[in-house]
Amino acid sequence: MNANLIKVGFFLAYRQIKRANIWTTLLIVVVMTLTFLNLVVVNGVLVGLIESSLQAFRERGVGDLIITKLNQKNQIERSQEILTVLQNAPQVRLIATRYVGSGNINVDYRKKLRSDERPNKIGATIVGIDPDVELSMNNLSKYLKEGRYLTSYDTDGILVGANLIYKYTPIENASFQTLKNVGVGTKVKVSIGQNSKEVTIVGIIKTKTDQNDSRVFMLDSEAKKLIGRPDANFDEISVKTYPQYGDKGVDDVKQTLLNNSFDDNAKIQTWADAQPKFLKDISATFALLGNMIGSIGLAVASITIFIVIFVNAITRRKFIGILKGIGIAPKAIEISYVFQSIFYAMTGVAIGFLILYGFLVPFIDAHPINFPFSDGILYAPVPGTIVRAIILVITTIIAGYIPARMIVKKNTLDSILGR
Amino acid sequence: MPHPLLNKKTKTDHSTHIIETSGLEKSFTDGNKETKILKGIDLQIKRGEFVAIMGRSGAGKSTLLYQISLLDTPSAGKILIEGVNVANLNTEDRTAFRLKELGYVFQDYALLPDLSARENVVLPLLMQNVPKENAYIIADDMLNRVGIGGRLDNLPGKLSGGEQQRVSIARAIAHEPTILFADEPTANLDSESSKMVIDIFKELNKNGQTIVMVTHEEEYAKVADRIIYLKDGLVVDSK
Repeated sequence: MNANLIKVGFFLAYRQIKRANIWTTLLIVVVMTLTFLNLVVVNGVLVGLIESSLQAFRERGVGDLIITKLNQKNQIERSQEILTVLQNAPQVRLIATRYVGSGNINVDYRKKLRSDERPNKIGATIVGIDPDVELSMNNLSKYLKEGRYLTSYDTDGILVGANLIYKYTPIENASFQTLKNVGVGTKVKVSIGQNSKEVTIVGIIKTKTDQNDSRVFMLDSEAKKLIGRPDANFDEISVKTYPQYGDKGVDDVKQTLLNNSFDDNAKIQTWADAQPKFLKDISATFALLGNMIGSIGLAVASITIFIVIFVNAITRRKFIGILKGIGIAPKAIEISYVFQSIFYAMTGVAIGFLILYGFLVPFIDAHPINFPFSDGILYAPVPGTIVRAIILVITTIIAGYIPARMIVKKNTLDSILGR
Repeated sequence: MPHPLLNKKTKTDHSTHIIETSGLEKSFTDGNKETKILKGIDLQIKRGEFVAIMGRSGAGKSTLLYQISLLDTPSAGKILIEGVNVANLNTEDRTAFRLKELGYVFQDYALLPDLSARENVVLPLLMQNVPKENAYIIADDMLNRVGIGGRLDNLPGKLSGGEQQRVSIARAIAHEPTILFADEPTANLDSESSKMVIDIFKELNKNGQTIVMVTHEEEYAKVADRIIYLKDGLVVDSK
């Protein structure tokens, strides 16, 4: 490509844009901005729905690393040795140990029921926690729907996940029961195996993570008694690492545990390993859906730019003819339209970037979209956004070049005379 | 490979014909009907000559000008410019030839509305790879010569018809074309502006510029060295 053609093309494009009708230019730029946002935001919201679930799963579900008992075991063996290794790992910021047992909660434990009457009773996962550690770990108190958070003095108190209570999860079928007519202050009987204890519901939490919302939390000392654990082993250890170590830090901690052969005593998973497969699948599906919708937006933008440049070129056909008549190379004229397309696309994208990262992302982060199963965020990582911006610019260049070429190719004299 | 003429720029040989046509024809087809506008034009124009082409409406004056100025392609015949047949140059070479060797003044001025008077003149110079600073100096000089020195940065829309035509002339001569073509350059102008344009042409011709002008105004045609009369697509007189 001759540099002079580019120079002349730029000369023409610059002056055409500079002296174009400001409202027309604004309209085109707004279309480009909206198209860019459509490309990024639709996809970002759809993927953000699942991404926020995954974030919640990591932040207030399993942590960065989750250690659980092996399927064939009743507890995490060598728990204290594992704890020692974790405490000595520089990447580790927090460790939460838990007792976990399958039990049930009975609301009607004092009532005499008729033989055909079903008790207000459900099976549930009972989890013993240190409330202070868990508060640092997953900030459970933030997600209270009713009542208050557990304190270390609440030997007779429990926190119940909203998925177990009919008021918050009004589902009733043979395979899934919830507790009816319960709330803060209701006394219930918690049983694990042969052991049981009368407790009072002090709070109900809804974190939009199954790991919390389908569980019952009580003090670890009380849960240990109910489970009947005679030794110092735990059922679940959740670990959080310092953010500066990133995912590699999490992998390193896992590797340290594997190097000590703890995988013979416990299931060791990073948050990514532990992710439910359906979440990954939904995430991929939503990304595909977002891309499909985005592609339609891209097609609309291409057609818009095509029409804009075509109308612009056709109304300027006479002047294009004059340009050719006085000897301006057709390529230089085409390049001038390409420069105009680049200007519209780049300006639209630049404004789109400002709106996206200056307003939309921080705003939706601060005010997540309240979906039943997650707090929707706008998931728009910069590299992905840049790729979409490049796609939009390239599409716009092509959409601008084609009509310009069509008009420039027309007979010079016919163009000058308007024939 | 550019046409050999593109590398040729000499105005020294006054004895040769700068333009020669033989058997030049131009037809237009509308459906099955063919209309012959030029029916075999043979003419010669010498270097440095000022030629006016006259004739009634529909005689083929403008069509002839478009053929010999390479804005259109003839249906048949030869067009020799400085002895080389240019009738069948490809589009690219035609454009390059027009840029280097020819200058145009159109009836409706044909200025680019987004460009100022100065930029209209600068553009073809930039296309010829003239350095930007030099192009602006040449443009300013040309516009001063045609009396637009005080309105260099005005857009065409802010200039009168006469002023626009003078900018058009400045653009046409800035690159020192071998031949200057003018198609009814005074048709849209008042008598004062028309006289000014014709005076500029006379001055240019006095300095050796070959000019071919189509006009229907006898008064201005008389200024030319020679008048070629067309009738029904044929040259009927040349004096």
